[in-house]
Amino acid sequence: MRLTDLSTKTSRWFDPDSPLSDIVISSRIRLARNLANRKFITKCTSNEKNQILQTLKEVILSLNSLGDIFFIDIEHGSTIERDLLIERQLISRNLAAGSGPRGAVIAQNELFAAQINEEDHLRLSVLAPGLNIEKCWQRINEIDDSIGEKIEYAFSPKYGFLTACPTNLGTGIRVSVMMHLPALKMTDQLKKLFDSARDMNLTIRGLFGEGTEAIGDFFQISNQVTLGISEKKIVNDFQTVIIPKIVEYERIARDKLLIQEVNILDDKIARALALLKSAKLISSHEAMFLLSNLRMGINMGRVKEISIQTINELFLLTQPAHLQINKGKSLNPQQRDILRAETLRAKLN
Amino acid sequence: MQCEICKTKTATVHLTEIVDGHRTETHLCQACAQKEGVTVKSQLSLNELLSSLIAAHQQTGENAIEEKVGKVCSDCGMSMEEFRKQALLGCPNDYSVFEADLREIIEKTQDNNLTHIGKIPPRIAKPAAQVQEQNLIEDIKQKLEQAVKKEDYELAAKLRDQLKALS
Repeated sequence: MRLTDLSTKTSRWFDPDSPLSDIVISSRIRLARNLANRKFITKCTSNEKNQILQTLKEVILSLNSLGDIFFIDIEHGSTIERDLLIERQLISRNLAAGSGPRGAVIAQNELFAAQINEEDHLRLSVLAPGLNIEKCWQRINEIDDSIGEKIEYAFSPKYGFLTACPTNLGTGIRVSVMMHLPALKMTDQLKKLFDSARDMNLTIRGLFGEGTEAIGDFFQISNQVTLGISEKKIVNDFQTVIIPKIVEYERIARDKLLIQEVNILDDKIARALALLKSAKLISSHEAMFLLSNLRMGINMGRVKEISIQTINELFLLTQPAHLQINKGKSLNPQQRDILRAETLRAKLN
Repeated sequence: MQCEICKTKTATVHLTEIVDGHRTETHLCQACAQKEGVTVKSQLSLNELLSSLIAAHQQTGENAIEEKVGKVCSDCGMSMEEFRKQALLGCPNDYSVFEADLREIIEKTQDNNLTHIGKIPPRIAKPAAQVQEQNLIEDIKQKLEQAVKKEDYELAAKLRDQLKALS
């Protein structure tokens, strides 16, 4: 498995034929686990980290149920390889920026990733396109069981799975759903969404952007509380209540735009398409912003000649590490902006 | 977009500051941003939020006496002072060593919950299930004894069948 095998194609989690995929891009569940009788990462020597890495790597690579999987050494990998894996949501910035022996076991289909020596010894994650949280839970629960049979996890009957940070204590579960909410943004309803999310102990953060400002109206919604509430309850709440409700709000906002502000909407979409089709220099920030508007246009039936699949592909292919790995060399920001514009023109014209 | 300082290179660092509702944007190239000492923070992490929460907790004084004693975990050498700085514990044992100090932090971050509900790992679940079964057998045996004493043979027969099914 070479990273260029990944960098030229779209992630499976961007599948346009999955449930509610016009609004829900993907579902993900992450479990935080640590080995019993071992120090947490902050107190481990490099040697101890290496022992943990080898133990977990061996156990996970020996599981038959995972299909084609491969190990990536993050400690000795290049920055650009790490960036590519971050752009594809396979590893966290935290793992990339960490120190000492660490790595990731990743499934070829990119729907499973195990990060070793991130903040905890083990961070398992399972992804599915669209709204599929229950499926993610079944899958990750099985994987977690088969690992838990081979090694002993740090666990206390009172506090559950013991994690380096008390914010993950208990189940160690983080359910995250990536959503595209351009109409809620256009109708100024994001603040309302953020407020009610806070009341429900949910975290919402911008996906591609930095800080709280989301670029391109992609948001990740996740649970905050991990202790005193079962995995099944969290999964069920997300699958049947929280996400369907937000989808409904976004649909109402889209309908409202079609009735009341169709000129503004069509103008936004047409400008996005025109710029993407003809720009000679484009930053990733601008590309993301315009692709988001175009994606909304296609999903609302205002643009017919471009497929969602193409847009999904462009979201990944125009990111900095993808551009550079596919070009086969390192590029400065301006060279990247030229290549990004070229890539967009080639795919959209 | 051009860098606002050198006016030659492309701006790739974009800062948005909102002070008293007034929004200012700054666009710089990588080199100028570095010169200006601007570091791009990807996200205010949960850990940083927790650190501030812990720092606030520290000032309540409730644990001031314990703090002076400077309790340290014998397994990993972690102290509460160190935990307050980085918001990460050093080993699983810290949850017992610092239980009293961690209680308020756990309650605040976990919606006032203090005990685990949910999955038990298989290596613990199997022994736990065995213990539960053993308890159940003991319970039926006691009931059976009482039923025989009371000469309730119908109930005794039922309990005997239950025992057979379990063993």
